[in-house]
Amino acid sequence: MPEKLKFSLDGRECVGEQGMTIYEAAKANGVYIPVLCHYEGLKPVGSCRICSVMVNGRWMASCTQPLLEGMVIENDTPQVNEYRRAIVEMLLAEGNHFCPACEKSGNCELQALAYRLGILVPRFPYQFPKRKIEAYPGFLLEHNRCIQCQRCVRGIQAEGGLKIFAMKNRSADVRVNVDRKLASKLSERQIQKAMDLCPVGAILKREVGFIRPIGQRKYDRQPIGSEIEGQK
Amino acid sequence: MDSVKKIISKYKKDRTRLIDILKDIQAEEGHISEQTIRALATSLKISRAEIEGVISFYHFLAERPLGKYVLYLNNSITSEMAGREKVAKALEKEAGCHFGETSPDGLITLLETSCIGMNDQEPAAIINGVIFTSLTEEKARKIIARMKEKQDVQSMIEEYGDGANQHELVRAMVKNNIRKKGPVIFGDYKAGEAIDKALRMTPEAVIDEVKKANLMGRGGAGFPTGLKWELCRKEKNPNHYVVCNADEGEPGTFKDRVLLTERPEMVFEGMVIAGYAVGARLGVFYLRYEYSYLRKYLDFILDRMRQQGLLGKNIAGMNFDFDIEIRSGAGAYVCGEESALIESAEGKRGDPRDRPPFPVQNGYLGCPTTVNNVETLATATQILNRGAAWFRSMGTQVSAGTKLLSISGDCKSPGIYEVEWGLTIRELLDMVGARDTLAVQVGGASGQCLAESSFNRKLCYSDLPTGGSIIIFNKSRDIFSIVRNFLDFFIEESCGWCAPCRAGNVLLKKKFEKIVSGLGTAQDLAEIESWGKLIKSTSRCGLGQTSPNPVLTTLTSFRELYEKKINKETDFVSEFDLKRAVEEACQITGRQFQEERHDA
Repeated sequence: MPEKLKFSLDGRECVGEQGMTIYEAAKANGVYIPVLCHYEGLKPVGSCRICSVMVNGRWMASCTQPLLEGMVIENDTPQVNEYRRAIVEMLLAEGNHFCPACEKSGNCELQALAYRLGILVPRFPYQFPKRKIEAYPGFLLEHNRCIQCQRCVRGIQAEGGLKIFAMKNRSADVRVNVDRKLASKLSERQIQKAMDLCPVGAILKREVGFIRPIGQRKYDRQPIGSEIEGQK
Repeated sequence: MDSVKKIISKYKKDRTRLIDILKDIQAEEGHISEQTIRALATSLKISRAEIEGVISFYHFLAERPLGKYVLYLNNSITSEMAGREKVAKALEKEAGCHFGETSPDGLITLLETSCIGMNDQEPAAIINGVIFTSLTEEKARKIIARMKEKQDVQSMIEEYGDGANQHELVRAMVKNNIRKKGPVIFGDYKAGEAIDKALRMTPEAVIDEVKKANLMGRGGAGFPTGLKWELCRKEKNPNHYVVCNADEGEPGTFKDRVLLTERPEMVFEGMVIAGYAVGARLGVFYLRYEYSYLRKYLDFILDRMRQQGLLGKNIAGMNFDFDIEIRSGAGAYVCGEESALIESAEGKRGDPRDRPPFPVQNGYLGCPTTVNNVETLATATQILNRGAAWFRSMGTQVSAGTKLLSISGDCKSPGIYEVEWGLTIRELLDMVGARDTLAVQVGGASGQCLAESSFNRKLCYSDLPTGGSIIIFNKSRDIFSIVRNFLDFFIEESCGWCAPCRAGNVLLKKKFEKIVSGLGTAQDLAEIESWGKLIKSTSRCGLGQTSPNPVLTTLTSFRELYEKKINKETDFVSEFDLKRAVEEACQITGRQFQEERHDA
């Protein structure tokens, strides 16, 4: 049995277990901390920073920070929510996100977070970057929508752990880079998995689209995070 | 392709040596071709996409072919102050291409790069690995002329610098500019004595001595060295490592460069002592690419130490085995961050890691690792030599000992100064012969910009902690140009992993330019401050957490300059320029732009 750890979350006394991250401990207590780059079962990388919380007066990413005994965590406070909103707005301004024309609309976690956090328009000027759309056998890579969360890098690998998706360049030019040779061997199931992993509409399976109409999609009926909050 | 195969087998197909392999191939072939990437992928058993990812992370590696001569001109602020622009123009004119391009005949490529550790002798450049300092328009023209004559780069050097810069394995024009010798780094020293002393003590006693001396990290972060060693030693693992961080990339710092030519044994000895203290058998010396010209010399020093029994098996006859391997960087400021450095030393992109776990728990190859700065290790050697009490007799109560300062910018004698902690900025300015000082940048781009009202503050861990980069600006300088240079630096050097640093710094710079161009309002000023705080608070590593400092610290020190730039009467100034927005459409349609007429 893992050791039990007591902590406080927005003033509420909670109990978690040794080995849990702050995000996991909050979830176990029925509290949703918004995440975007994080995906159940993949090694967390702390790239989007939307799960930032204030712990004993210091900012930490809850998807990577292990829970420690006695932590005083602020999650749903005006300042924390304000920073989260700002980061989502940054991502919206950084890429080219035209929701009405996107296959992922309604299933998109970035869009769902924007709704949940009450974003009407980003405070930042849109950058309108010039980005490519790349075609591979079986799928498209839409760089305009990519938010560099690295879920595909972590979740889809070839035999022997070879990276099919890897990060290329750095700074604002950082991009997902596809190994064309390895990608050509991806099975249909793997491609579907890659598309499902992608929180936005950057990885798209070819020759299918809009099977489920907009209005009946995952986040059309209930906000992101409610599946965790519903467990309370 | 034969040379590529040779290089791969030289490193025994070791994936962790990928940076060294790529660096050697780059030097041999001028670029890393698709064919090479394919060969590497097969022999190292990693994907092509991953290799491309590594190449594209580093300044000095390239997939596209470059010229026979590749010139990297430093674009740091002191280089600008020393006339970089004129030199750049002369180079472009003579070479027949712009920066970022290769001359039409394929002979010369001109590129820019971040601070190369020559701030006291700018403008400086690296050409095919060889350092050129104090460039002028005339020197620039001469260099290009010699390139056109296909001369060897090394032969273009007319005069060598002082000290070991003259050594036959260095032969560099770099000057040491040692202006003030202090008792620790430049004090009495005989190689091997500290090792001899340390190995006769228990590892715990060695750690205890360093703790008693209150030695704190000299790279800038100031973590207690003894505690770091103790934490590393305590980790249960058959392998422990010592890593020396010789990746000084903070704009304005160059002290490690001088340490490596003038006191290399003191540094390596510190690694042996650290290795003994933490229980390591291997030390990794991570040398920044910009200092590759010291590589052969450092290898020679290591060999000599092996012959003297100070490295290798059974060191000093005390039954302790320890050796040091040099690993190359390939140009990335972020690799000075200890976990990014470890990633890079393992042959990967220099992305920082999430902490915890810290390197002392999970460092190089997943083993407990102590990462220490060059100066920290050299200082540890002297602490073992002369004792903690001697060390504590210098500096202040909290900040013991001395510190090497790399001083550059507007002063009579830029260079290296070894001073006791506790020096005030005013005393420092007197010492270096600075006049009419407007601002002092303490700690490089990531540090603080101080105005005269702060010149009584002291250099020490409790007031102004610093890795030692000090850049002085006199009253003829424009604060906004300095801030702009630093912001561009962080945008360029961000690894791009986390959103606030990657996207935030670009947006922060846009806001800065809006204010400086006179289109800002009081709201913009409030926003730039809050955006800066957001980036500092939520970024993943030290780079992002300090990247807004150029804006935030000048907003504190020189707020009136920003206030003067903003429009006080209005709360909105449109950035939208209708004429510019329709320019392209006008060209296509052949119609003239006409201002909207309200009388129509």
